[in-house]
Amino acid sequence: MKQHVPVAPPEDLANVETARTLPRTSFFTAFARFVKKTLTIVGLEIRKIRHDPTDLVTRAIQPMLWLLIFGEVFAHIRAIPTGGRSYLDFMAPGILAQSVLFIAIFSGIAIIWERDLGIVHKFLASPTPRTALVLGKALAAGVRGLSQAIIIYVLALVLGVRMNWDPLALLGVFIIIMLGAAAFSTFSLIIACLVKTRERFMGIGQVLTMPLFFASNAIYPVAIMPAWLQVIARGNPLSYEVDALRSMMLANESINAAGLVIDFAVMFVVMIVLVLIGARLYPRVAQ
Amino acid sequence: MQEQHAPAGGSNSSPWLNLGDSLPRSIEAYDLVKRFGDHVAVDHITFTVGEGEVFGLLGPNGAGKSTIIKMLTTLLPPTSGRALVAGYDVARQPTAVRQLIGYVPQAISADGGLTGYENLLVFAQLYDIPRAEQSKRVREALAFMGLQEAGDRLVRTYSGGMIRRLEVAQAALHRPAVLFLDEPTVGLDPIARKTVWEHLEALRQRLRMTMLLTTHYMEEADSLCQRVAIMHLGKIMGMGTPAELKASVGGPDTTLDEVFTHYTGNTLETGGSYRETARTRRAARRLG
Repeated sequence: MKQHVPVAPPEDLANVETARTLPRTSFFTAFARFVKKTLTIVGLEIRKIRHDPTDLVTRAIQPMLWLLIFGEVFAHIRAIPTGGRSYLDFMAPGILAQSVLFIAIFSGIAIIWERDLGIVHKFLASPTPRTALVLGKALAAGVRGLSQAIIIYVLALVLGVRMNWDPLALLGVFIIIMLGAAAFSTFSLIIACLVKTRERFMGIGQVLTMPLFFASNAIYPVAIMPAWLQVIARGNPLSYEVDALRSMMLANESINAAGLVIDFAVMFVVMIVLVLIGARLYPRVAQ
Repeated sequence: MQEQHAPAGGSNSSPWLNLGDSLPRSIEAYDLVKRFGDHVAVDHITFTVGEGEVFGLLGPNGAGKSTIIKMLTTLLPPTSGRALVAGYDVARQPTAVRQLIGYVPQAISADGGLTGYENLLVFAQLYDIPRAEQSKRVREALAFMGLQEAGDRLVRTYSGGMIRRLEVAQAALHRPAVLFLDEPTVGLDPIARKTVWEHLEALRQRLRMTMLLTTHYMEEADSLCQRVAIMHLGKIMGMGTPAELKASVGGPDTTLDEVFTHYTGNTLETGGSYRETARTRRAARRLG
């Protein structure tokens, strides 16, 4: 047997030399890589949807029921002041925002699933910026949200809602849906990172969805709410999403440019802040 | 029990003194500690692994093996102590470490909703393999792991052994300097296990990478690892080549099981929380 010389730990641990140096990357290269990796994550999620699109179809049922049952009933009783629009017109953008919210708010369950397997660990041990991982997932949720938008547009058309087909307005709808889905799915990711188990996550998800939806202008205007609820509704990002959708989706709407800028700005800032918080918390999932 | 901080001379009868004198070192852990509240999962661990070496952490569930791997792969910050992987500090230079390592977690890390090819392609992109090379590298890696036929099938149709080989391919795609494998064959039947071992050995010979693996299979440690550390309750109780460890206890006829019992006063059967057991069983069911 070979003679083994004992190796003691170095006295001063801080002075251990590093063996190799990796090439320094410029800011531009780093940014290009960030974008590329974010898109890789988006691409990954889209591939999964393509392999199994049944999810998208089942997701279409709930908004359909809202529009057909709730919408038709409330359209007849004319109980809700809708500013001269038909109730279905008023409601269609709200239901679009709602269905995007419902998908996004439960998307965090996938994080817990991936955590119970080793998928999260493998991604976190790779040289992928945490922000790219979280933003990629957020934008992928946006893509799912867009599939909802297509379904609601078709349905609204069938039900006789007068839609705005101006390309710029459609682009605006596209962006606001992406922002809304990204923001709420990242909110969901943050909850998943904090609670870490399926049971607690589902419980909290249920508790959050209802106030987010009902304390917003999705199916009735904020003006008819009691004062305290109005405060909550005005702090609710969903209200801004619905407001933007309502002015861009429907024909014959007088577009309030300043209001629209505020809607986009609020959704954008909310999304960015949530993604940054999510990127800080995401590594906890693997611990 | 041996004290880790005061080596008592260069006696061969203390196998743990063999800290791996084959320089340069790929993995260096000095006085590494991880505490979860009051529980000390990793208790002042010191070891080094030389370049190109296959090093095994052997012990039952709950011995602290996975926690060490999580610290070395930058997933978990150490409570105290220091660890270098490929020369970089895991706590201070995590990005550099991540570029130079590959990691196969204990639980399934391949995505069942994607094909084998797509699983690898995603990682080719995340590890900055040039676009022009990605497809070629992925096909090559699939072929090397004996998965060329299955590459375009969804991973959820794979057998347990195939999933493991895919995961190894995924972790080795960017030709890392150090490959970490956490229980690489847990839940596999003996034939699938052997195939995984053969592929790991071929991979090591081809890419000359350092490997650190955890296992609670004695046979695995014996046939794959050049050196082994025996872990128990967060501490390293003995370290050396399998032959050295056996010699230190009895002789060449001693089994590693006996060595383990000697150093820990315990058998491999103990340990493992409810959650870990549940996880292992679930992995075993899905992989099997």
